Amino acid sequence: MAKKRLGMQTVQLEQPPVIIGAGSAAGPMEAEGPLGLDFDQTYPDLTIGQQSFEKAERQMMIDACNLALKKANLTQKPPQIDYFLAGDLLNQIITSSFSGLQLAVPFLGLYGACSTFCEGISIGSMLIDGGFADKVLCAASSHNAAAERQYRYPTEYGSQRRPYAQWTVTGAGALVLASSGQGPRVTHVTTGKVVDMGIKDPFDQGAAMAPAAVDTIVTHLKDTGRKVDYYDLIVTGDLARFGHEMAIRMAGQQNVVLDERYKDCGMLVFDPERQDVHSGGSGCGCSAIVTAGHLLKQMAQGKVKKLLLVATGALLSPTTFQQGDNIPAIAHAVALEA
Amino acid sequence: MKIKQGTSQQSQQALYKQMVTKAEPKPPRLRNAIAAFLTGGLVCLTGEGITDFWEATMGITHKQAGDPTVATLVFLGALLTGLGFFDKMARFAGAGLAVPVTGFANAMTASALEFKREGLVFGIGGRMFQLAGAVIVYGVTTAFFVGLLASLLKMFR
Repeated sequence: MAKKRLGMQTVQLEQPPVIIGAGSAAGPMEAEGPLGLDFDQTYPDLTIGQQSFEKAERQMMIDACNLALKKANLTQKPPQIDYFLAGDLLNQIITSSFSGLQLAVPFLGLYGACSTFCEGISIGSMLIDGGFADKVLCAASSHNAAAERQYRYPTEYGSQRRPYAQWTVTGAGALVLASSGQGPRVTHVTTGKVVDMGIKDPFDQGAAMAPAAVDTIVTHLKDTGRKVDYYDLIVTGDLARFGHEMAIRMAGQQNVVLDERYKDCGMLVFDPERQDVHSGGSGCGCSAIVTAGHLLKQMAQGKVKKLLLVATGALLSPTTFQQGDNIPAIAHAVALEA
Repeated sequence: MKIKQGTSQQSQQALYKQMVTKAEPKPPRLRNAIAAFLTGGLVCLTGEGITDFWEATMGITHKQAGDPTVATLVFLGALLTGLGFFDKMARFAGAGLAVPVTGFANAMTASALEFKREGLVFGIGGRMFQLAGAVIVYGVTTAFFVGLLASLLKMFR
């Protein structure tokens, strides 16, 4: 077995890379949510002064990247970054590649649906620990209206949503990983497998992704020999309320008790009492802004010391569900220690 | 219900599906039905009012006034969609706004608005019927067969 591997799916980083800067940019609804004050930049409307929602998402990702670079004191142009790893939900990951054009640094585009942020941190950490890079910029984004028009209906189309449906987060998060410096460290990476538990309803992504999240969490604990209480916080990406509940049940069946230290970014980002979001938030931007805006700040303040971040992605397209395929899902975990 | 590890994928999927169906939050059907009844009724009442108005002002029969009434309701649906109110109203009303011709107007206008950015030809022109196209295709097809049946019945009567 390769010398840095632990168990089936986990990698232990010999010299844990450091998160030296993070930036978050969030839309108007997210700004009004419970974490509104944590985000570095918010916008009063969905278009962000751009001609289209796609261009708006691009602007958000660039803003988030610049914020992260600024905090990492990398203000030269072009930035001193060895790799830019980014992904989003739009076809051909256009947000990421057009942002890559502006940043003018080596770019690798990623697609892991809403698990992309953790996929980026995973690959970036391995690139650094492998000695192939000194600084890596990771980013992920989603835009509610741009995602709606691609996956579901035109934005002005009137329909009643299911109570378990989720609301795509408008936001972008970015962080800079470095081989040395001050900040939380990425100690372990657990790469998920594609899991299909037979869910077909494209509105029920929480239920589709919960088994993938549990699979990755259980495997991570087994590979590292840790228990749930090793972590101060275990956070999934965007299962939202119903998916969170299903994840707790599924984990319980495998004798892993996810207690109050288990949270979900889709539940943290919106207030279900005040905001009409049904089950909660979703999208690449969900785990990205909650991590970059909220969780990393909690770590900097010493409130959270050990964090397991598990971003979850539903690997569907309008073509697959219209052709009757199930919704496969994936979850990638990274362990962060202050 | 417990999903056993090591059992076949199909049986695990079937069990998980049962688990999900049992636990998933149900839509408030009674509330939705009442909202649809009230708003649908309100749309019809408005339609009746508009018919009376055209009948009186244009000097046509009540039946003839039906056509301009449909046009007026389509116009109102499209206007409310363009002003950004329709989707919010439909979230409350559900079928009450979707089933009358207002729903059709919304489906057309929302698509046209959405794809305007891809240009007049491939955007608005190509995508305007993305949602409403199915209604037209199956509406016309059904009308054709119903018409055919009706005329056959007439022939043999």
